[in-house]
Amino acid sequence: MQETKKAVLTLEDGTTFEGFSFGSGKPCAGEVVFSTAMTGYPESLTDPSYSGQILVTTYPMLGNYGVPPRSEDNVADTYFESDKIHCEAIICQDYSWDYSHWQASRSLSEWLRDENVVGVYGIDTRALTKRLREKGSMLGKIVVEGCGDIDFHDPNQENLVARVSCKEVMEYGKGDKTVVLVDCGVKYNIIRCLVRRGVKVVRVPWNYDFSQLVYDGLFISNGPGNPDFAEETVENLRRAIMQDKPICGICMGNQLLSKAAGARVYKLKYGHRSQNQPVMKIGTTQCYVTSQNHGFAVDTATLGSDWEPLFINMNDNTNEGIRHKTKPFFSAQFHPEACGGPTDTEFIFDDFINLL
Amino acid sequence: MEKGEIKKVLLLGSGALKIGEAGEFDYSGSQALKALKEESIETVLINPNIATVQTSDEFADKIYFLPVTPYFVEKVIAKERPQGILLSFGGQTALNCGVKLYESGVLEKYGVQVLGTPVQAIMDTEDRELFVKKLDQIGVKTIKSEAVESIDDAVAAAAELGYPVIVRAAYALGGLGSGFCDDEEQLRSLVEKALSFSPQVLVEKSLKGWKEIEYEVVRDRYDNCITVCNMENFDPLGIHTGESIVVAPSQTLSNADYHLLRELAIKIIRHIGIVGECNVQYAYDPRSMDYRVIEVNARLSRSSALASKATGYPLAFVAAKLGLGYGLFELKNSVTKVTSAFFEPALDYIVCKIPRWDLGKFHGVKREIGSSMKSVGEVMAIGRTFEEVIQKGLRMIGQGMHGFIENKRTKVADLEKALKEPTDKRIFVIESAFREGYTVDQIHELTKIDKWFLYKLQNIVNTALELEKCNELGELPADLLRQAKREGFSDFQIARAVLKERMGDAEKANLDVRHLRQGLGIVPCVKQIDTLAAEYPAQTNYLYLTYNGNENDVAYLHDHRSIIVLGSGAYRIGSSVEFDWCSVNALMTVKKEGWRSVMINYNPETVSTDYDMCDRLYFDELTFERVMDIIELEQPHGVILSTGGQIPNNLATRLDAEKVNILGTSATSIDNAEDRHKFSSMLDSLGIDQPRWRELTSLADIKEFVEEVGYPVLVRPSYVLSGAAMNVCSNEEELERFLKLAANVSKQHPVVVSSFIQHAKEIEWDAVAQNGEIKLYAISEHIEFAGVHSGDATIQFPPQKLYVETIRRIKKISSQIAKALNISGPFNIQYLAKNNDIKVIECNLRASRSFPFVSKVLKINFIDLATKVMLGIPVDKPGKNAFDLDYVGIKASQFSFSRLQGADPVLGVDMSSTGEVGCLGENTSEALLKAMLSVGQQIPKKSVLLSTGGAKQKVDMLDAAHKLHDKGYTLYATGGTHKFLTDNGIPAILVYWPSESDKQPQALDMLHKKQIDMVVNIPKNLSSTELSNGYKIRRAAVDLNIPLLTNARLASAFIDAFCDLTLDQIEIKAWGEY
Repeated sequence: MQETKKAVLTLEDGTTFEGFSFGSGKPCAGEVVFSTAMTGYPESLTDPSYSGQILVTTYPMLGNYGVPPRSEDNVADTYFESDKIHCEAIICQDYSWDYSHWQASRSLSEWLRDENVVGVYGIDTRALTKRLREKGSMLGKIVVEGCGDIDFHDPNQENLVARVSCKEVMEYGKGDKTVVLVDCGVKYNIIRCLVRRGVKVVRVPWNYDFSQLVYDGLFISNGPGNPDFAEETVENLRRAIMQDKPICGICMGNQLLSKAAGARVYKLKYGHRSQNQPVMKIGTTQCYVTSQNHGFAVDTATLGSDWEPLFINMNDNTNEGIRHKTKPFFSAQFHPEACGGPTDTEFIFDDFINLL
Repeated sequence: MEKGEIKKVLLLGSGALKIGEAGEFDYSGSQALKALKEESIETVLINPNIATVQTSDEFADKIYFLPVTPYFVEKVIAKERPQGILLSFGGQTALNCGVKLYESGVLEKYGVQVLGTPVQAIMDTEDRELFVKKLDQIGVKTIKSEAVESIDDAVAAAAELGYPVIVRAAYALGGLGSGFCDDEEQLRSLVEKALSFSPQVLVEKSLKGWKEIEYEVVRDRYDNCITVCNMENFDPLGIHTGESIVVAPSQTLSNADYHLLRELAIKIIRHIGIVGECNVQYAYDPRSMDYRVIEVNARLSRSSALASKATGYPLAFVAAKLGLGYGLFELKNSVTKVTSAFFEPALDYIVCKIPRWDLGKFHGVKREIGSSMKSVGEVMAIGRTFEEVIQKGLRMIGQGMHGFIENKRTKVADLEKALKEPTDKRIFVIESAFREGYTVDQIHELTKIDKWFLYKLQNIVNTALELEKCNELGELPADLLRQAKREGFSDFQIARAVLKERMGDAEKANLDVRHLRQGLGIVPCVKQIDTLAAEYPAQTNYLYLTYNGNENDVAYLHDHRSIIVLGSGAYRIGSSVEFDWCSVNALMTVKKEGWRSVMINYNPETVSTDYDMCDRLYFDELTFERVMDIIELEQPHGVILSTGGQIPNNLATRLDAEKVNILGTSATSIDNAEDRHKFSSMLDSLGIDQPRWRELTSLADIKEFVEEVGYPVLVRPSYVLSGAAMNVCSNEEELERFLKLAANVSKQHPVVVSSFIQHAKEIEWDAVAQNGEIKLYAISEHIEFAGVHSGDATIQFPPQKLYVETIRRIKKISSQIAKALNISGPFNIQYLAKNNDIKVIECNLRASRSFPFVSKVLKINFIDLATKVMLGIPVDKPGKNAFDLDYVGIKASQFSFSRLQGADPVLGVDMSSTGEVGCLGENTSEALLKAMLSVGQQIPKKSVLLSTGGAKQKVDMLDAAHKLHDKGYTLYATGGTHKFLTDNGIPAILVYWPSESDKQPQALDMLHKKQIDMVVNIPKNLSSTELSNGYKIRRAAVDLNIPLLTNARLASAFIDAFCDLTLDQIEIKAWGEY
């Protein structure tokens, strides 16, 4: 048996859950959220949208297939969604110290320690999830035995988009058409999906004024936290929608485009974080299983009159995407780039490219 | 046709349970019928399996107990004129029958629409060549294979592909006739056999060692697709998925692996055009992302039943609705009732399926497991670590194992060989290997089982080693105890690890551990299966227990208004769907009478584990430990033990000792009936006769006893070294051989020897009593004489050839026994009758295998009445009895010898059938003919081979031989039989035994050349003569798919039936019309 230290998760309502550490020993704090995904922990851990959060996995076992090695070019590397772990901590029921996969080069525990991220196992994550479901997402902190305490910290009170966005303009791929990708915390697979379709991608920081750039289409990425902090991006978008160049957004991108279209965005009780969210394209009989990771949603009723909802969540009827009634602007709340999760909606990228 | 326009639908069932096609189709058919009922569609069901839940009037409007064959199905269609037909809920049997009806134009002729997946799509998946072509069109890789129709072509194909190759028969269920071949010799023998089942055989390159992964995919008519579940085989490719330990969801796949295969599955289902459910099986390279599609099942399957239970997603129900034209988005998730049915379940637990084999029941069968299925049942364990589920599952299998570890050590002569060539004991061989110091790498090298699973098994071994360091229970550290429980250790395993050989009273040690851990607060918690991993609130009653959690999901009222019904566990030879019917009926009555019904069971093939059948379902173990855990949580009014077969019955005394309220007959009475000595002395005191028996501890004593009673004797060792657990010995030589080879006689291991009465009738008594008074009974008569296990015998009810006096005496004796044991509830007694001499063989104070049969023939539900009795409700004797019936019911047994390579297909005192059917008719002949055709017998066209055993049997068969001759059949006979027939004026052609190899014609050659349509081979005596001539003939008949009869009485009755009646004289009558 592995010698491990006790680790205690305390929620802001005072509930505590005791488990054991399998990652870094440092104390940490953030917003506690749960995901019901059954696979894809390297992808989730490196997803910038989890920035500031303590991720609870409802699937009880973690670490089974280890962690693949990093290559020089992270964007080309399909197992990671950015160049580092973004969440504050990961919590599961049962951690698998031994792993088995031909691609793995180290264990999840080693990776967490290498990146100084907390991991806790031995916690009844179903009980914890039910609490989060009933009370809504809560702040929490994890203290590892003998490693000092920490205060609660609300990541939604800071501009997480600014924290995770790139700091300078970067280019990827080659092609006749150019897509400007506004990085609010972009997952690499969005870049891969665009590049694979033969376009040049110009990745710009979240608040970059792209209006002087020459481009054929605009893409707004996913990103963490409260969309209200990304007001500068919304400003840029308001100008972009005055023109006719195609625009597509994903997740945070959907929320920011909606804001530019006049809509209000509100916080969901506990968000959608899973790989099995059913979504229907409005006005059709077509349904898709989607990967999702968001805590905020668009209030469809507040959309400007030129806009209409495009997709709807079949479980709770929340908005899953919008489109402009006449112009080539549309967005999705879910993640068509998947990673992890189902690949049913990758056609979104085709639809966008076809508009260019 | 649009949805709403269909008013009447025909559903084809799967017939008798057989290896490869078992209880899962009762579950899927029942669900489909529920879905149709919800739409107010009139349902017609054809299924001769009378013991199923689906063949109950609550489920289908009209039920035909007829063979699921094109001939009979067409007759029913002509009579009923349904608008639609469902083919995908009755396994391969229904699918094959449906394809034939489609091809012959019957469906078109009667305007019957196939609902769900179109027949063309089914054919595209069933015909391997079409299948490969179809997937080639979309660039999906299949296993490279050559379809051949002759042995020479197979050899040529294998030479090109390179050995090892795998051989598969097309259009065959569960891998029948399949296998691996390392060289040409093996290939030739396998292909010959396969070609006898199927005109086409596939030769494929073997991918041994690859992972085997399955996806369950659903598609609606709007092209919306979901994968409800994926599953990973613990055993690598090469072992049939029905023979593999399987986990869900997959454990060793990364996100990229998982979604590569998921995306392919959806691509495939769309291209093939499935509407409903299908299963895609992959071989997946453990060292790259390379894959091959193994097969696609365009129907509900064993895997889909497992996936339904594993996820809570009612696949069969949804598939039926999709067949009616619904879109997935129009249906609700039946667990949450608010979210959509278009979604993919998220599991927050792991399930593990383990097959149950009964190979010990057969003489001569090969123990190796491989690409052809041999298991007869399965269990599913739910938990939150792999260690927990594998240990739970291995206990559930019910073969005396306590989990992965702390069992009686599996003796293995050659560990390396045993790891390389898996048998039904493989998992325990792995434990031995760890104990012997093998590393994970070494075991992986030999077994190709993914290291992740092996690491987890090693964790269990390591914990056991920690436990074994302690010598007293008091020394156990709480953390270690908790860890052991989280890894699925039972109290018994912990006790044995600590106390070792000092364990003594196991039950006490068990309780000591229980009290110790309860004192430390180490108790399991109850979790729900809610399909969405707690994301949405769900009022689900689908529960399991785990030590990997701290909080119960459900609240307990403790109002003592619930009643727990214990289910029957894994299907096995001797206990299968009939006890599921009993359990389900007990639940229904409990509910009707105003109590909350609670079920405990762990068999994924059952209807009793459908969460809408009861108020609470605990999908969990039926061990004393777990049942007590649930009783302590639930605090029920009482527990019903008598409807789930022997497993719950065995708990009676221990539960009683814990002051559990056992409903119905008391635990003391149960013990008095179960304990051979107590029961025997009770019979003596009542003056009731029984065959003489004695429990003996030495060969000398045995011989002395046999001198008194005479041969033959029935010998039942308490400790069996190999082979069957009991045997009939006809002379001293057989007795000595059996006792030396098979059993160990000693003070510790006594042997029960009883006098074996020949040529006696065997009679079944099924009844319900209240406070010792009989309220309802049924007397059935075996067609075969005593000596054929009651589970294998052909039984008729009402009896047609019993003396009135015999019946009167049986009633009287039964009343005496009911009174003496103060029976309240169901019970069964087996009698022997010779002339009017009545002897009691056995008495069970629980429902028996024949309860559904007699209930459905008599049309009075024995379990409903028994349950009322157990609930303490006064009941009246029903006004109707068997004499009022103007029809006959015949229950016939289904054998699966064709699957059990090497097994001698002969009937004896140990049960070997895997299923049964029950058919009704105007007289014995009509009912028997329907029943025999339902279990795969065929009316021979022109030639019959007879070798009719000893003198007595030869005489028994004489009339039948006459009839065959009169009907114009050509009779072939071996030496003795030939002489007997010609002496009696019946012309027959002499053929030779395999041992007379220099003479022609050879019986075996004639079989191979398909010159024989039916074989009647009656063994001379009842002992096993595995290498005899008879064995070779019988085995060849089975391997070449030629109908075989081995009992003179049954053969005579069957020959009578098909000589007296032609097929078109068989009446097509629904159950309700009798």
